Formats: sequence, C-alpha cells, structure tokens
Amino acid sequence: MTVPAIKIEQVHKRFGNLHALNGIDLTINQGEFFALLGPNGAGKSTLINILAGLLKPTQGKVSVMGHDVVDDYQAARMVLGVVPQELVFDPFFNVREMLRFQAGYFGRGRENDAWVDEVIENLGLTDKAHTNMRKLSGGMKRRALIAQALAHKPPVIVLDEPTAGVDVELRQMLWGFIKQLNRDGHTIILTTHYLEEAETLCERVAMMKQGEIVALDTTANLLEKLAGKNLRLKLGNAVLPTTLLPMLKSGENGVYTLALTEPNQLEYVLSELRKAKINIEDMQLFEADLEDVFMSLVGSK
Amino acid sequence: MILIDNLVSQQWRGTYTLFKKEVLRFWRVAFQTVASPVLTALLYLLIFSHVLQGHVQVYKNVPYTAFLIPGLIMMSLLQNAFANSSSSLIQSKVMGNIIFILLTPLTYLQFFIAFLAASIVRGIMVGLSIYLVAIWFVDLPIVHPLWIFAFALLGSALLGTFGIIAGIWADKFDQMAAFQNFVIMPLTFLSGVFYSIHSLPPFWQTVSKFNPFFYMIDGFRYGFFGKGDISPWISIGVVAAFLLVLAWLALKMLKSGYRLRG
Repeated sequence: MTVPAIKIEQVHKRFGNLHALNGIDLTINQGEFFALLGPNGAGKSTLINILAGLLKPTQGKVSVMGHDVVDDYQAARMVLGVVPQELVFDPFFNVREMLRFQAGYFGRGRENDAWVDEVIENLGLTDKAHTNMRKLSGGMKRRALIAQALAHKPPVIVLDEPTAGVDVELRQMLWGFIKQLNRDGHTIILTTHYLEEAETLCERVAMMKQGEIVALDTTANLLEKLAGKNLRLKLGNAVLPTTLLPMLKSGENGVYTLALTEPNQLEYVLSELRKAKINIEDMQLFEADLEDVFMSLVGSK
Repeated sequence: MILIDNLVSQQWRGTYTLFKKEVLRFWRVAFQTVASPVLTALLYLLIFSHVLQGHVQVYKNVPYTAFLIPGLIMMSLLQNAFANSSSSLIQSKVMGNIIFILLTPLTYLQFFIAFLAASIVRGIMVGLSIYLVAIWFVDLPIVHPLWIFAFALLGSALLGTFGIIAGIWADKFDQMAAFQNFVIMPLTFLSGVFYSIHSLPPFWQTVSKFNPFFYMIDGFRYGFFGKGDISPWISIGVVAAFLLVLAWLALKMLKSGYRLRG
C-alpha cells in the first residue's frame, strides 16, 4: 500500500486553557482533492499550521508522505507546499526572484527555473514576472502566493482559504489551475468558506467544529446521508401549521423552506397542509447542498 | 553572482539562497543601508576633526583625525551589522513574510549562518567604504592588517548575532527602536570611539571595561597604530567570549522556535 499523503493521529493542541484541537484523526490519500470545512475558530488553520511545522502539536503525530513533521521535518517540508491565508509578500523582490529564492531554500537550483517559469505562465503571471511584489494588485499577490508554494514542486499542496476576497473570474481561473494540478497527481487539501466550491471540487470533506472533526466522508455520501431534500412552499397569507415547525429551515413573506430527511415526509407535509386547509400557491423540491450539511452539523441549531 | 550560484553544492544551496536574499535585500536599498552610514561617519569625521584637531592628542605622533577614523569605521560596522539582521527579521515578522522561510526545510543552524553571514557582509562593506573614502583625506597607517581583519570579522559577527536575538525577541518596531537607542547607541558612544578611556576618570574607566564595544574598537584601532588601551589579545578573547555566549543564546532561541513557531 502506498503511504498516505497526510496522516494525523490523535492530535491535540492547547494554547494555555484553550483546547484548539481535541484529538484529531485524519488520513488523506495521495491524489485526493480534500476539503477541510468549519466555522472560524474551528481549528482548521491550527491543524494546517501543525502540518506545515509552524506550530508544534501538544500531543499526537502528523506525517506528510510518511515523514513525521516534527522528527523528520526536513523531509516532510520538502514534499509539502503551503499557501498561507494572509496576503503576505516580500517587498524587496519581483515575482520571478521570489519564486527562485523559494525554490532555492528547498535546495533547488537553476535546473528548477523551467518549472518556475511554467508556474508563472500557468498562473497568468508572465506579464508581472519582473514586477516588484509590492506593486501587484491583491489578485496578483494571491497568484504569486500560490506560485511560491509550488516553486519546489511539492506532491502535497495545502491551500488555506485560497479564494477569500478573490473575484469570480480569478476564482474560476485558480480552480481550473488547481484541478489541473490534482489531475497531474498532486494531492490537494484546502480550507474554504465557500461551500459550493468544496461541493463541486472535492471528493472528500472533513467538517470541523470546536477542535474536533464532526463529519468525514465523501461529498456525495454526506449530501445523501445528512442533507436530504429541501421543500420550498409559497403559502400566501397562511401561516405554517405548528406541526411542521420542527422541519422549518427558513421562512419569510409566506415562503417557507422545509428540510426533508426522508422522501415520505413530503406526503406528511402535504397532509398537514390539507388538514389546516392551507392553499399551496407554489411548491419546489430541490437537493440540499453542502451548506445544509454544514449547518446541520456545525450550526448553532 | 551567477558564477557563485553554479558553484554552490546542493547541500548548501538552501543556506546560500537565504544568505543571497539577505545580501540583496540591503543591496537593493544601498543608498539607505550603505551610502547613508558612510556619509554620517564622514560628517562626524569632518566636525570632530575640525573642532578637536590640535587640541586633543591621544597617542604620540598620531593626529586626532587619524585616531578617530578606526573608531568611526568600527562604530558604523557594528551598527550596520546589527541593523541588518535585526531589521530584516523584525520587518519580515511584522509583514508576515517570514513564513516563507519557516515553511522550508532550512534548519535553525542554516537560518543562523545565512543571517549572520549577510550581517557580516553589510558591516564590512560599510566599514570598508568609510575607510576607502577617509584615506583620501587623512594619512592612516596600517600596522597589523590581521588584527584589523580579525576585529572587523568578529565584531560584525557579534553584532549580527545580537541583531538576530533582538529581531527574534522584538514583536514591534518600537521595541526594536528601543533596543537600538537604549542599548546599541550608548554602548557605542561610551566605548572610546572618540577618545581613549585613559582620558576618563578612574570610575568611568572601570565602567568602560564592562562594555564589549570598548574591546572591539580598541583592538581594531590597535591594528592601525600598533597602540591601544589594552592588549589586543585580551580584546580578542573578550570579543570571542561574548560572541560564543550570544551565538549560543541565538541558536537556543532559534532551535526552540521562540517567537517564530508556536
């Protein structure tokens, strides 16, 4: 069996009294496109920082491609590329210089320059290759940040909120590029707030809440098991019968959205409405999305 | 640069790249990092020599202006070696781009060597520039070139290491400014740059002997004139001891990830 791209075993992280990670177990296989979801403060970035060696776990073991991130950190970092969340940059250098330095820190020399140029081109940075990092727009800085993580050609790539504050066009372009990397065999792990991104891109998803993984499955399974279907009803001036309130997800101006976990609940809803003599003006049944799964698991409900 | 790039073996490439980046970082703004300290030193030279020449003589047959130059060279060399590592670290910590180095397989020792070597290069480059300008105006002997080189090297290494410690410790620019103004500046000015400590009252002579800067400047000056306040062997011993202690501390901080990794 091939070694997993990432193996996390019983990882705890405490900051004083704060238990930021509480016994995380997670294995991500090579070639996967994996998403880590969770609200702010769930521990996603803490977990990524441990993976990257920026934080030490209080307890537990983490390895990248079989290399322990503490005991064998040099080998672990060689195979890992991390795109940080903040738009950080070195104001003294231009894009190409930064990328060559970054590759150099990993022991790569001139033989790597062709790859650096390829990354520059694929990320649409060719025109900006000689522009100082300071003078790049936000979107271009984001691209440069991704390019930096790729400069040493790592097989495992972690992207921490790569599309936060990025416009639609660039987001599409970035995802196209990242999908291509995944097709080329790179393992991709990302954290994102845009759930529809995780839904369309990722095969597997882990959802975190308060330092724990509360769901870990394929995207399809999660949708099937936990989300069910949504029923949108337009009832005019009528008020929803109280018996249906437990199923209510949202409702305003006479339009109610009910969450159905089982298909036969539809019959129940209709019969309750009939009993209450409520006229249905319009009705729509649609698949729930990852956001529904997310809300049901980590939401305050 | 390209020639050296090709000569570096793969094992050393990471360290060399970080060193090269640190050197280019100050070289890109050489007006501020090299030319301006040279100008400052020359202004000191102009003013002090104009005011004091003929009034003060520290060593026999050594004009005050000539006496002053090695002190000014060493002062600028030390300040700039400190400034290089400390400002690079504090800037990249505040800007957040230190993460690009922390994500790499570079060891704490490689990190230390690269920052230290760049500090030495900047210190010596500034010192050498002052020397090259000053000898146009003043006759300056060189009696023991090896001593000059040894003190320039160890002095810039000592302050480069001190800069690494300060850069790791400080979280804000004003903490760094405090370090520079309340530690580095007083130690430099009270070290005998402008005078021999023999001209001080006994109490201040004793105080000066606790100042490591005094040994660096006195030893460095000995290399030019073959005369000093104390033996260069004692000075080099003191400087080497300070360097060892600070290097040990810096490495300990880097190894533990103090204020860099959580």
